[in-house]
Amino acid sequence: MAQLAAVLGTGQTHHAAKRLDVSMAGLCREAVDRALADAGVELADIDAVVLGKAPDLFEGVMMPELHLADALGANGKPLLRVHTAGSVGGSTGVVAASLVQAGIHRRVLAVAFEKQSESNAMWALSVPTPFVMPVHAGAGGYFAPHVRAYIRRAGAPGHIGALVAVKDRRNGALNPHAHLRQPGITLESVQASPMLWDPIRYDETCPSSDGAAALVLGDETAAKAAPGKVAWVHATAMRTEPTSFAGRDQVNPRAGREAAAALWRDAGITDPLRQVDVAEIYVPFSWFEPMWLENLGFAEAGQGWKLTEAGETELFGRLPVNPSGGVLSTNPIGASGLLRFAEAARQVQGRAGAHQVDGARLALGHAYGGGSQFFALWVVGADRPGG
Amino acid sequence: MPEVAVVAFAQSPAVRRTEASGNGVELLVPLFQQVYTDTGLSKQDIGFWCSGSSDYLAGRAFSFVSAVDAIGAFPPISESHVEMDAAWALYEAWVRLKLGEVDTALVYGFGKSSAGELRRVLALQLDPYLMTPLWPDSVSIAGLQARLGLAQGRWSERAMAEVAARSRADAVGNPEAQLSGTPTVAELLEEPYLADPLRAHDCAPISDGASVVVLAAGDRARELCARPAWITGLAHRTDSGQLGSRDLTAAPSAVAAARAAGGDGVQLAELHAPFTHQEILLRQELGLDDARINPSGGVLAGNPMFAAGLSRIGLAARHIHAGAADRTLAHATSGPCLQQNLVCVLEGGD
Repeated sequence: MAQLAAVLGTGQTHHAAKRLDVSMAGLCREAVDRALADAGVELADIDAVVLGKAPDLFEGVMMPELHLADALGANGKPLLRVHTAGSVGGSTGVVAASLVQAGIHRRVLAVAFEKQSESNAMWALSVPTPFVMPVHAGAGGYFAPHVRAYIRRAGAPGHIGALVAVKDRRNGALNPHAHLRQPGITLESVQASPMLWDPIRYDETCPSSDGAAALVLGDETAAKAAPGKVAWVHATAMRTEPTSFAGRDQVNPRAGREAAAALWRDAGITDPLRQVDVAEIYVPFSWFEPMWLENLGFAEAGQGWKLTEAGETELFGRLPVNPSGGVLSTNPIGASGLLRFAEAARQVQGRAGAHQVDGARLALGHAYGGGSQFFALWVVGADRPGG
Repeated sequence: MPEVAVVAFAQSPAVRRTEASGNGVELLVPLFQQVYTDTGLSKQDIGFWCSGSSDYLAGRAFSFVSAVDAIGAFPPISESHVEMDAAWALYEAWVRLKLGEVDTALVYGFGKSSAGELRRVLALQLDPYLMTPLWPDSVSIAGLQARLGLAQGRWSERAMAEVAARSRADAVGNPEAQLSGTPTVAELLEEPYLADPLRAHDCAPISDGASVVVLAAGDRARELCARPAWITGLAHRTDSGQLGSRDLTAAPSAVAAARAAGGDGVQLAELHAPFTHQEILLRQELGLDDARINPSGGVLAGNPMFAAGLSRIGLAARHIHAGAADRTLAHATSGPCLQQNLVCVLEGGD
C-alpha cells in the first residue's frame, strides 16, 4: 500500500532573461533555500535529491547535477537526474513524490532549473540528425501548424490566443517572481505585435528565462511536523507516445488524454471542470490553453476556446488557469513544469499571494514536452486524500 | 511492499563503432525482441518504462526522444528517463514497482561513444566555470586518482596490470566482449603509458552498445522466470563534484550505498570500474576480497556508456537465473573518479 506524500514547502528564484548575478549553482540554491525555509526544514533533514532539467546542450554542461551536488546539498545522499524534455519539471515532481509514496524516503528535495542565457536554446533544438524531421525554427515553428489545425478543427475565432496572452501576462504582473510583468497589456497591443510563426504572434509566445524552482516533499509524519499547511498529493500521471507517425493527433494527443484520464481516476475526480479549483497548465504559446483544456478533459473536443472566450479561465472565473502568469510569463524550460506543480501546491496551501484563487482546495499541475508527446501531471489538495 | 526481481536481461555486443544512428533505435529493437521472447511478454504487458542515456554522447538535444520509436510506444506508455547510466533508470523503475502500481517494468540504456571524442566530451561533466575551460580529459583525471593511490601504497602498477590480465582472460568466454585475450602481466607492464600511470589496458575501451533489463514484482516474477534474481537491496549515493574537495583514494558514496543495500557476503560482484585501479579501490572499500569479481571481464572488456552500469545488474542476475550463484552484487558508477555509485544486491531462492 502506497504512503501518502505532501508538499511541505516551495521556492522559486526571481526570473529574468539573464541572471548574470548567479552561477547555475547559485541559481539552484536560491530556489532550494526558499523551499527549505518555506517547509521549515534544513538540508540535513533531506534524504534524497531529484534534479530535473531540459537538454544539457541548453547550458553546455554534461550532466550538471554532478558539479551541482555541493550546491544541491546532495553529497552523501541519493541524487537522481530526470530528463523528459519540456515535461521534465513535472516528471521531477512525480519522481520525487514516488520516492516518498514508496516509503523509501521521508523528505525529498525536488529541484529544476534552466539557465538559458548560458547558451542558445534555438540552436540546441535545431541540430540536424538522420531520420528526424529538422526543426530549424525552434519550438514555435514546430507547433504553429498544430495551432492552425486546432483553429480550423474547432472553428475558433482568431482572437482567442491573444485573450490568453492578455490574461496570463496580467496575472504575471501579480506574481513578484515572474519574468514578464505587463499589467498594461491589451488585446489590441497583443494583436499589433509582430507575427512570428503564423498564427503565433510575438506577445503570444513564452520568454526565455533563467530560473529555478524547488519543492520539499514529505511523508505523513513529515507533513505533521511542517510548520504550515501542506499540499497533499492526490494523484500523479506520466504518459509518452512517439513524436510522429501516420495518423498521430498532434492537436489532441492520445498520451495527454490518457494521462489526464488516469489522473482524474486516481484522484477520484469525475467532473474536472466542476471539482478542480485552479489549474496551472503548461502553455508556452497562447493557443495551447484551449487545446490543453480539451486534452485534459475540462472541455469537449472543439469546445475549449469557449471557456477561454467566456472569461472562465480568468483569475475569478470558473476554472482559473495559470494565476501565476504561467509559462507565457516565465519560461526557464527545465523548471517550467515544476513551477506549475509548485504553483498548484501554493494555491491549495493558501500561499499564492496576490494571485491566490479564493478558497482553492484542489489544484492541477501540468507539464508537456517533446513534440507534445511527454506528459506529466499531478493533482494536489488542501485535504488529505480520501477525506 | 512487493518484492522485485530481475527476470530478463539482454545486451548488444560492445563494439568500438556501430553503424547505428545516435538515437539508439537500431541497437534497442533486437534487445526488446529478445527479452519479449525470453519472458513471453509483449510491449502491452509492460507497466512502466524507464531509460538512461546522454544527449552529449549523441551530440544532440533530446536523444532519448527518438529511442521511444524503438518501443513503438502507441498506444501511449507510462514512461520516464534519467540523464544517467540506466542503472539509475532501474532504480526509478524499482520504486514504481515498490509502489505496487504496476508489476512489470522494462529498463533500457544506450550509448554511442563513437559519435564524438569521449575523453573530451566527459570533460564537460566538470565545473563549467573553472574546470571545463582547461579541458582536463577523463583519462588524465583518472590518472591523478591512480597516482594518488600509488603514492599511498594502496595499489601498485603490477596489481593494476593483474586486473587487466584477469579481465581480458575472463572475457575470452564472453561473446559480447569487445576486448579479450591472455596477455601476461609482464607483457602488459612493457606497454607505454597513455596517461601516466595509466596504460591503455588500464582504461576501459571506448564502446557503443545498449542493454535491457526486465523487472517484475512478486508472483509475476515467478511466472516470468524459473529462478528470479530478487533485489534484496538497492541504494545509490553521490559525492562532491569538486575533485579537490574529496579524497580520491576513497569512495564514500560507494561504501554508503553498499551498506544501505546490505552488500556483505556476496559470492560474486560485477563492478563498474572503468579503470584497473578503480576495481582495486572498490574491492578494498566494499570488502569484496572473497568474492569472484567480474567473471564477464567487466567494463575493461567493453564499456558502452550509460548502458554499462545497467549491464552489471543484468550480468549479476544471470548467475542467479542459471542457478550458479545465490547472492551477487552489482555496482554502477557515474561522474569523474567514482563520484556517484549505485549498489544492487541480488538473491536467488524464495
